[in-house]
Amino acid sequence: MQEYLSTFVRSIFVENMLFAYFLGMCSFLAISKNVKTAFGLGLAVTFVLLVTLPINYLLENYVLKEGALRWLGEAFQGVDLSFLSLIIFIAVVAAIVQLLEMIIERYLPALYNSLGIFLPLIAVNCAILGGSLFMQQKEFPNIGFATTYAVGSGIGWLLAIVGMAAIREKLQYSDIPKPLRGLGIAFIITALMGIGFMSFSGVKL
Amino acid sequence: MDSKNKLVLFNPLSKNNPITVQMLGICSALAVTSKLEPAFIMAISVTAVVAFSNLILSLIRNTIPSRIRIIVQLMIVAALVTIINETLKAFAYDVSKQLSVFVGLIITNCIVMGRLEAFALGNKPWASFLDGVGNGLGYGILLIIVAFVRELLGSGTLWNFRVIPESFYEAGYANNGLMILPSMALIVIACIIWIQRSKDKELQEK
Repeated sequence: MQEYLSTFVRSIFVENMLFAYFLGMCSFLAISKNVKTAFGLGLAVTFVLLVTLPINYLLENYVLKEGALRWLGEAFQGVDLSFLSLIIFIAVVAAIVQLLEMIIERYLPALYNSLGIFLPLIAVNCAILGGSLFMQQKEFPNIGFATTYAVGSGIGWLLAIVGMAAIREKLQYSDIPKPLRGLGIAFIITALMGIGFMSFSGVKL
Repeated sequence: MDSKNKLVLFNPLSKNNPITVQMLGICSALAVTSKLEPAFIMAISVTAVVAFSNLILSLIRNTIPSRIRIIVQLMIVAALVTIINETLKAFAYDVSKQLSVFVGLIITNCIVMGRLEAFALGNKPWASFLDGVGNGLGYGILLIIVAFVRELLGSGTLWNFRVIPESFYEAGYANNGLMILPSMALIVIACIIWIQRSKDKELQEK
């Protein structure tokens, strides 16, 4: 139990997708202009991470890894398909996003209206594919850890984008040098927030 | 090469730079710029991927149904990135280790998808190829500038060669450890944006 909790907290704060690895930066900068839409996007990212990561974990461990096809028989012992992992992971992400979009449109029209425009964007959000690639690198012992990691990184991303949106809402009233307005100041704020999150990096759990 | 193609090739280098103006491809750019060497390799890889995926998509653009085009695009890009990833593992293993997941993340680099959607879907193959090369180079130049500043100030080296003489350190000069942190890449890019936009007033936002 304690290990799960530690994975969870680590993935939210210490290894925050945005501030430690800068993943999902494009949508982070483009859609952090007001808190409500930022929150919607954050939820969508968390949800897609939660669905795709366990699937990719199973694929990685039962199909792609060296020796992962052992359950098919002794002849498959030495098969190593890991060079296919990029294509398979992104195919899963794209397919799940497409599927989710259709399901949500059919059964949860209210949610669809608030998330609708962001859902297709999420297929190309680096944080989602990044989650799968980090999962592959970390070699989690079982699917529970992978799921915990997925939820944690999703919540971390959500916190980051909501914080950023809140700051940018206030920024409208401040007097920024003209050339820095918009993108420039957003970069500087992200950097400062990143340095803030760095204070978690010494935390041992 | 006529003037229109020239514009397509050279505009992304400054006036329409993918990072500072179009706001694309920031994701994987920042984490790889603490040293020049990985930044350079990353720049070349991204240029190759953007150029060839633009070319391939532009060749088959009239046969793809528009509902599934995102998946088709992702498949083309993923195949190209896999080739690059395996090549790097074979010929530049150290750099490939340093770049770790960021080579794979070229797939979701917004420059690639952005240019496919915005340019290759509606233009002829040769123009699309040039657009890809131009945007790749525009991204590469920025990456190299950032890596240059960060490696020089952060480690006192360039391409792993020591450029700041030993006597400086003896006189009390110290490397700026802050520059090694990934956050500083954002500040360096913000400064570049600042300089570019004070020169070119058209780019300023309200």
